[in-house]
Amino acid sequence: MKTENQKAWFFVLPVLLLVAFNALIPMMTVVNYSVQETFGDNVFFWQGLDWFEQILRSDRFHAALGRQFLFTFLILIIEVPLGIAIALSMPRKGIWVPVCLVLMALPMLIPWNVVGAMWNIFTLPDIGLLGYFLNHVMGIDYDMTQDPLAAWITIVTMDVWHWTSLVVLLSYAGLVSIPDAYYQAAKIDGASNWAVFRFIQLPKMKTVLTIAILLRFMDSFNIYTEPFVMTGGGPGNSTTLLSIDLVKIALGQFDLGPAAAMSLIYFAITLLVSWLFYTLMTKDDLN
Amino acid sequence: MAKITLSKLRHSYYPNPKTLDDYALKEIDLDWTDGGAYALLGPSGCGKSTLLNIISGLLVPSEGRILFDGQDVTELPPDKRNIAQVFQFPVIYDTMTVYDNLAFPLRNRGRDEATVRERVTAIAEMLELSDLLDRKAAHLSPDNKQKISMGRGLVRQDVNVVMFDEPLTVIDPHLKWKLRSKLKELHQRVRATMIYVTHDQTEALTFADQVVVMQEGEVVQIGTPVELFDRPAHTFVGHFIGSPGMNILPAEVSDGVARFAGQAIPLEGPITAAPGARTEIGIRPEFVSLGQFGLPATVTKVSDVGRHTVVECEVAGSRVNAIVSGPGPKKGAIVQLEFRRDQTRLYADGWLASEAAEGAA
Repeated sequence: MKTENQKAWFFVLPVLLLVAFNALIPMMTVVNYSVQETFGDNVFFWQGLDWFEQILRSDRFHAALGRQFLFTFLILIIEVPLGIAIALSMPRKGIWVPVCLVLMALPMLIPWNVVGAMWNIFTLPDIGLLGYFLNHVMGIDYDMTQDPLAAWITIVTMDVWHWTSLVVLLSYAGLVSIPDAYYQAAKIDGASNWAVFRFIQLPKMKTVLTIAILLRFMDSFNIYTEPFVMTGGGPGNSTTLLSIDLVKIALGQFDLGPAAAMSLIYFAITLLVSWLFYTLMTKDDLN
Repeated sequence: MAKITLSKLRHSYYPNPKTLDDYALKEIDLDWTDGGAYALLGPSGCGKSTLLNIISGLLVPSEGRILFDGQDVTELPPDKRNIAQVFQFPVIYDTMTVYDNLAFPLRNRGRDEATVRERVTAIAEMLELSDLLDRKAAHLSPDNKQKISMGRGLVRQDVNVVMFDEPLTVIDPHLKWKLRSKLKELHQRVRATMIYVTHDQTEALTFADQVVVMQEGEVVQIGTPVELFDRPAHTFVGHFIGSPGMNILPAEVSDGVARFAGQAIPLEGPITAAPGARTEIGIRPEFVSLGQFGLPATVTKVSDVGRHTVVECEVAGSRVNAIVSGPGPKKGAIVQLEFRRDQTRLYADGWLASEAAEGAA
């Protein structure tokens, strides 16, 4: 016998309202903009899917999307292995554990725009610690406002500095949950260090790593603040990632229609990749 | 397979142990013959897991030496000692199939695939895992996972010793019995030296030919299950083994006679206790009967446990259990307790201090 109690809906209502006001309604506004043209005064002209077509066909969007994927790819390919490596080398017991954890958490506690400003100053060729050192001590010509490569290296390094900790902390949480018996059994079974990593540590970290990669993907794919503060998308358009381009279109050029269409495409890509990745990673656990 | 000798073994988890209490293991000398089935029995924290880890090489003892067939292995790491160990919680490699799990210790040692196949198939057949060989190990039930752990221990033919560290803790009761007899059967088939650590007397007594009883880092008695039951060398053994355990009653000894509650209690034989020692009388509930003569006692509790009835009585502030067949007396009744003489022993400072009379078993 199943008893149905409709009262439950009542308790969900506040959350529904909250979600409606902070996500659904603003989102619907964007959808509204994406299919219409407006010249202000709340006057709208039906545009259909024109904006979507225009965005999807534009070289500018393709270029920004390419840069975005490159950026995210670099972030993941560096931060995930590096994070795992750091987590593996952290102590599991003793007084150094809290010290390591706090040190690791520090970069994540700093507001994003502050990180951007910090790195901006840090890399200034004349007075920045790193910029001065590279230019005047090492004799390397380094200026991220002039050189696209330097700009890329800087924003990628900045992100690695800022967010590798997340991968470290999540991996570490996975590692400490492995009972000692596993390591002892592996020792007795004659397993090499690589085998221990491959067959014990990596499988036990899989769930948290999936979450870590997912978070790092979404976050790096949607990154805006730090590169905006550091390079503003330059030099030229070399570091104009999707979000920076989006803001340029929406607030710089005030093309609300194309910007809205682009937002939805952007959102769809993020959602699609996340969903694909998560489904693939958790496929084994279901059967 | 090998003979294992523990020589003057001591271990402390402190870097600079001072008093005897700092030692988790206090001076252990033991010889384990090749191919025997041994159990290490004792309550939690008695040092049995420490001893096991020292034998397997996961721990290096503070003092003393471990010899396998006369060869010193004290400093050798686990993989060089050629031993196998099964842990309390099943350790399986989640991403591998059952077959790969069983093959893992062999492949790590560079055996060729033909040997691997032969050994894995044989072990899987012994453990009734043959149908599961192609399955992922991750989704199996705890008892099957533990069988895999055991299989990984038994798959190498040349192991010196297989050790089990409370391997049935997470197994359902009805499967416990099955796995336990499986283990006994395996020992008879592979004839490897096996050491089984447990705090469960039933497990220890059913598995082992020889049981090593430990308490607070010391070996108190080594013997066959029957010996441990019949002549506990220490009150701890008497109390720990048996259900309920041995009755331990405070006694006064004078002129070669032991008295409890003011009455002289006839013992199995002559007393060997040194004067001044704390003396106690020990008798198992199985050998206490309710009769016409004997110690007057008040019944405080009667529990019918199915096969027999456990009668709990009070005599001069001490509790005495008696096991009787059939329905017991009512609670509050006054009964007379009779002790079977050849099973009544004296203990001095915990250790057995009476001798069996001539001709008695």
